[in-house]
Amino acid sequence: MRNVVAFPLLLLAVILQSAVVSQVKLLSGYADLPLLMLGAWALQKRVRTAWHWAALGCALVAFVSSIPWLVLAVGYFAVVYVAQTLQRRVWQAPLLAMFSVTFIGTLFLHLLSFAVLSILGTPFSLSDVLGLIILPSLLLNILFSIPIYAFMRDLARWVYPAEEFE
Amino acid sequence: MNSRSLQTTIIFLVIGGIFALALGGFFGSASRQFSAVLIELQTWVSSRFLGIQDFVTAPRDIVSLRARNDELESQVSLLQAQVIELQQRVNETDILAALVDFSRSNPESTYKAASVIGRDPSPFLHYVIINRGSNDAIQRGMPVVTNQGLVGRVDSVIADAARVQLITDPASSINVYLQNAETDAMLLGSVTGDVSLDMISQDVSVEPGDLILTSGLGGGYPSDLIIGQVVTLRTLEFELFQQATVQPAVDFTRLEIVLVITNFRPVDISPLVP
Repeated sequence: MRNVVAFPLLLLAVILQSAVVSQVKLLSGYADLPLLMLGAWALQKRVRTAWHWAALGCALVAFVSSIPWLVLAVGYFAVVYVAQTLQRRVWQAPLLAMFSVTFIGTLFLHLLSFAVLSILGTPFSLSDVLGLIILPSLLLNILFSIPIYAFMRDLARWVYPAEEFE
Repeated sequence: MNSRSLQTTIIFLVIGGIFALALGGFFGSASRQFSAVLIELQTWVSSRFLGIQDFVTAPRDIVSLRARNDELESQVSLLQAQVIELQQRVNETDILAALVDFSRSNPESTYKAASVIGRDPSPFLHYVIINRGSNDAIQRGMPVVTNQGLVGRVDSVIADAARVQLITDPASSINVYLQNAETDAMLLGSVTGDVSLDMISQDVSVEPGDLILTSGLGGGYPSDLIIGQVVTLRTLEFELFQQATVQPAVDFTRLEIVLVITNFRPVDISPLVP
């Protein structure tokens, strides 16, 4: 039942992303709060609802953003997939796994956005996008990933208490 | 009265008399020494009492002072919050006053004021979200302005909100008119949020500072909305057109309140394009 916390939490994340985080820019890039939350959530050992969270996050962000929803869907599900794969393999170093998920997820989502928007006719230069959006966003995401991982780990412990799990 | 009571009364009277005489100064130096000892004793007792009193009551004072300090600090916080709120209202009033002046000076259009409540979550796109939607007769394609100039146009609408594509968006292209050079050009957005001019004919002389207005060509925007000024011109002989960088009139980093022009209907010319 505690899983319903996904709704207010992701809604709050999208609101914060739109109203606050998108104003905290490094060059032209900024952090992606929903992506980081999904990655951190999927990395938690007891979590069984990461795919649901990804679907919900995609729906909420697509509602606010002008970016094609398919980009978000593929990007967010890819983040969950990478996180769960890493969680099984490098479970002894969760922060390393979080950094890896953040790195791979951010790169994948941004390159996918770049490719799709370019195909749809928006004139982008890859060097501009790399230097002004992708790398600054990557740096900010990695900075934000530590507190968000800690928060999601505590949340996972609350949603899936140890005794219930065992 | 028995003899014992009489004796006690006499003793009291004698001692009382001696005290009265001593306090009256009738015993000279003996009296002064006695009173000095008395005063010393009184001082000692008094100072010890005050010390004990301080020791007992001081913690209580600190507690009450702390409580008072907390109370005052909370009042200061409340007043600071009120000051910030009032400053915000003053800012909003200033912006609204400027927008009202703008709408009065442009009576041919009807406007609907809206607050900017968010930005696109993706850094690839330059869109803002406003708090007016179809319930306020906002429709897709309506131009959005401030008193300084053109902001963009409504891209999509829901009941109580709308998404506005800024002129700085990389996918934005607007037909514009250079007032001094009397020529048409195209205004393009970019990833960085800078805007530039393209498609300026090679045989036209454009100077920095030239005013850029919407031309109305294409039917996407009404004509004569201010966009900004030319900053620098780039002319290369082997290129077909000149390019220019533009200083927008609107500060897109501080968009708070905008006006939607509600009596403009964009024209869809795509069926006419061969």
